[in-house]
Amino acid sequence: MHKIIVRRCAGLVTALAMVGAIAAANSALAGATLDKVKQAGGFSCGVPTGIPGFAQPNDKGVYSGFDVDICKAVSAAIFGDPGKVKYVPLTAVQRFTALQSGEVDILSNNTTWTLTRDTELGFNFAPVVFYDGQGFMVPKKLGVKSAKELNGATICVAPGTTSELNLADYFRANKMDYKPVVIEKVDEIYAAFFAGRCDVMTGDATGLAAQRIGRATHPDDYVVLPERISKEPLAPVVRHGDEQWNDIVTWGVYALIQAEESGITQANVDDKLKSEDPGIKRMLGVTPGLGKALGLDERWAYNEIKAVGNYGEIFERSLGEGSPLNLARGLNNLWTKGGLLYAIPLR
Amino acid sequence: MTTDEATLTSARARPALWRDAKIRGIAYQVVFVAAVAGFIALIVHNAIANIGRQNIATGFGFLHREAAFGIGESLIEYSPADTYARALLVGLTNTLHVAALGIVLATILGTLMGLARLSSNWLVAKLARVYVEIFRNIPLALQLFFWWGLLDKMAPGPRQAWQILPDVFVSNRGIIYPVPLSNPAYKWVVAALGIGVVAAIGLHRWAKRCQAATGRQFPTGWVALALIIGLPAAVFLGFGAPARLDVPVLKGFNFSGGDAVSPEFAALLIGLVVYTGTFICEIVRAGILAVNWGQSEAAMALGLRSSQRMRLVVLPQALRVIVPPLTSQYLGLTKASSLAVIIGFPDLVSVANTTMNQTGQAIEGITVIMAVYLSLSLAISLAMNVYNRAVALVER
Amino acid sequence: MTDLTQGIPIAAQAPRPRWTGALAWLRANLFNGVTSTILTLLCAALIAAALPPVIRWALIDAIWSAPNGQACHGAGACWAFIGEKFRFILFGFFPAGETWRPIAAVVIFLAMIVAACDRRMWGRRLALVWVIGLFAVFALMRGGAFGLSTVETALWSGLPLTLVLAVVGMLVGFPFGVLLALGRRSRLPAVRAICVGYIELVRGVPVITMLFMASLMLPLFLPTGITIDKLVRAQVAFILFAGASLAEVVRGGLQAIPRGQIEAADALGLTYVQRTRLIVLPQALAMVIPALVNTFIGIFKDTALVIIISLFDLLTTAETALSDANWQGFYVEAYVFVGVIYWSFCFFMSRYSQLLEREFNRGRRR
Repeated sequence: MHKIIVRRCAGLVTALAMVGAIAAANSALAGATLDKVKQAGGFSCGVPTGIPGFAQPNDKGVYSGFDVDICKAVSAAIFGDPGKVKYVPLTAVQRFTALQSGEVDILSNNTTWTLTRDTELGFNFAPVVFYDGQGFMVPKKLGVKSAKELNGATICVAPGTTSELNLADYFRANKMDYKPVVIEKVDEIYAAFFAGRCDVMTGDATGLAAQRIGRATHPDDYVVLPERISKEPLAPVVRHGDEQWNDIVTWGVYALIQAEESGITQANVDDKLKSEDPGIKRMLGVTPGLGKALGLDERWAYNEIKAVGNYGEIFERSLGEGSPLNLARGLNNLWTKGGLLYAIPLR
Repeated sequence: MTTDEATLTSARARPALWRDAKIRGIAYQVVFVAAVAGFIALIVHNAIANIGRQNIATGFGFLHREAAFGIGESLIEYSPADTYARALLVGLTNTLHVAALGIVLATILGTLMGLARLSSNWLVAKLARVYVEIFRNIPLALQLFFWWGLLDKMAPGPRQAWQILPDVFVSNRGIIYPVPLSNPAYKWVVAALGIGVVAAIGLHRWAKRCQAATGRQFPTGWVALALIIGLPAAVFLGFGAPARLDVPVLKGFNFSGGDAVSPEFAALLIGLVVYTGTFICEIVRAGILAVNWGQSEAAMALGLRSSQRMRLVVLPQALRVIVPPLTSQYLGLTKASSLAVIIGFPDLVSVANTTMNQTGQAIEGITVIMAVYLSLSLAISLAMNVYNRAVALVER
Repeated sequence: MTDLTQGIPIAAQAPRPRWTGALAWLRANLFNGVTSTILTLLCAALIAAALPPVIRWALIDAIWSAPNGQACHGAGACWAFIGEKFRFILFGFFPAGETWRPIAAVVIFLAMIVAACDRRMWGRRLALVWVIGLFAVFALMRGGAFGLSTVETALWSGLPLTLVLAVVGMLVGFPFGVLLALGRRSRLPAVRAICVGYIELVRGVPVITMLFMASLMLPLFLPTGITIDKLVRAQVAFILFAGASLAEVVRGGLQAIPRGQIEAADALGLTYVQRTRLIVLPQALAMVIPALVNTFIGIFKDTALVIIISLFDLLTTAETALSDANWQGFYVEAYVFVGVIYWSFCFFMSRYSQLLEREFNRGRRR
């Protein structure tokens, strides 16, 4: 009997010791997302559950779209392989909890950059990858021409988004009334809108256009009103407190924009390795330095462009003229072409 | 002899420490508590470390900040300018609303179906059985999606609304029905109703005492009914029957006038009631079957009518069997009302989820949800325990 | 002498029935009095009103094949939608070329459940069958051995996922629940308090909240660098929840054990573990088997809640199928289809529990 008790106590002590050791390891590991990611051989990326053009699974469960390509670019920069990403579909309500907890390492989820999110929620935002604004979509047969005519309307909106807040602000500012219908799943809320549950659907205007084309049985029956009631700079998000990881995502995005500005494409990136331009040589790692500064392989930017192309190519593939959405670049053009995209010097 | 005595004395002397049941018990508990406490401490430590590193805001200060989001339906006054605390309160009242209504309706439906299953009428019993077997064996989430799909996505728009009764419309904006326009007479009608109910209760007490003392029975039921219905009706007529209805009419985007139940609320309520009703049906049936048949026979021998037999002999005994499982059904229904979140009804979980997302304070949000549901189940358990004590067998 | 017959009792004779055969049955069961007749007529009217439109919708006017959703909107059901989405709803994202693997997994699950229903199998043999069965299911689904390609758990979906969640939840939750129930009945106050606290906490909180925590917040409570598969976490949440529900059922059985049994065991000098294993549990569990089966049904139905955390169980795949732009608006068809699947499992189990209940009652009455 004595022995049994001793043995049991020993078992428990071991268990406690193991637990203690894990706790000690915890502080040693703190902050090193890159180490963790390299060790695990991949990272997880939070994407929307389904916005045509941005992120949508096909019938095999494979995700593709603009948001997905951003994750692929980061994966290529780290591993030289765009396929080391685990995509975690997240609703707007779930995404921040998932990023805070560490369930995902990057959020590429059409997330608007705001002050509170940057501070109180404990996040850092990478550069804006898409400039959008909130709009309203209505059935044409309603005959509404302007958002100012929406007094008393029932409005579908995804909960936990800036759209939900802007909507409340807009109606308060204009002294109008509305009745919100909030449903968490994107699939469900658009199904409800197209079934006529709401008079109006609101959200990022590009998202509205994408859903109109991607989901409505008769896209021409719906129209997006001209007003933009907010600024929606959409950017990838990482956790606060890991500067290195933040740098990698930040400069990963800048490299895509700079590549377009420098005329480097997926097709010609191999030729560009022989370029004499010192800027291009530095960026593509022919002249070493930048990769080491980020803690990555010197070929990081080369690998990105080789895997997904430059910003312009990513845009065209998923959202632009090469896609069913057929969106114009608009604000999402290079600063040299009248847009807002302006990469910080890669040197 | 001496050896025996020696053994006895040594047995009576303190045994080795690890053989003493009391000490062993204490040792086990110390180890167990230490393990659990260590586990909890570890979790808390990790959470604090992770939150601290990321600079996430903590504490319940956010409750006093402006919520800035709209909520679709509310029993209390709410606007986006109100605080998060107010928004959560709206969610709580919505949860309570649907749960309370659900409990009442599910009890009525379940009891009716339970009696129907025991009916001597073959068709009635079989139909009740079909209802139970179908709706008990399908997940509630699926049933909610079904009702929601029916009311929300398949129902026509307001302009083509189905008119199921005069001036009652079903459209994808909800079930819209006329309500009486407010009139000072209604206050008096309500007051008369209250007086009628109180009078009926008094009458019932008096009739019981009277029967106990003299054996004379008084037709309580009919007189009580007359009091409860007749009194308000008389007052209503006395005011000249001001029955102007606020009838819903199509105007702009939607109906105006009348009152409406949103499709989300209706779907949630129907789903909860139909699903829980099956379980209550089986509980009621089992409770009645548990009453010894001899009791019914004795009641028949005394010449009680079948309704009296049920009311005076069978039900009071059956209730003792029924109440404990009924309590857990009520708890289950209240918890299940949190499925509102999948069909977009702004209940507590739904509002708390939005709050968590806008403020980024998931731990605090989950704490609020857990605290509320635990208090709710505690409250329901307490109430039902009080009731159970009232119906329990009074033993000598 | 004169009146011999006087003392002989006359055999009691039933009055001659006025009605015989089917008519008698009808009278006794359908038209037995005014109320009964009214009820019968009401029910008949209800059936007459409801049944023909349902049959017309489901069978007569139904469309059985169509190239796309728009061609499928008619007066009746569009079963072509189910035909089109059949594979996706049942097996979801599992690689299309490997569909035989989830099919085989479902068949193994069914065989395991059927084996468990045979009471002659109860015992070590069944445990062995189940362990082998679970291993086979895991090997089939996960792959990576025996020449099968590896399939990430993220792609496990549809019916196999529902079955995995339910069966593993029950299987692991059961011993956990027994331990909790024993802890709750323990003589050691600290152990009892912790078990009571756990059971009440888990049972008082909605399951969706637990799933939310398990899928989105858990890493916050773990040391950095430790990642646990999402499916495993949802599974653990189910086990924790199932354990608490099963504990309450087992506790009912424990409470019903006569005190004398325990005293007798103590008198024989059995230790706590021996007493519990040999005397208490066999009797307590036998008493609550029907209730346990009912709890299993509840857990099976609760797996549908993983729709909250984007795990693609049977209900979620059906919802996903509904969001196809080419096939819009076939809600009733999809819900009826998955409803029938859920219903078959639950109905079978509930009938089985009723059967067991009858058998046990017969044994006790004897």
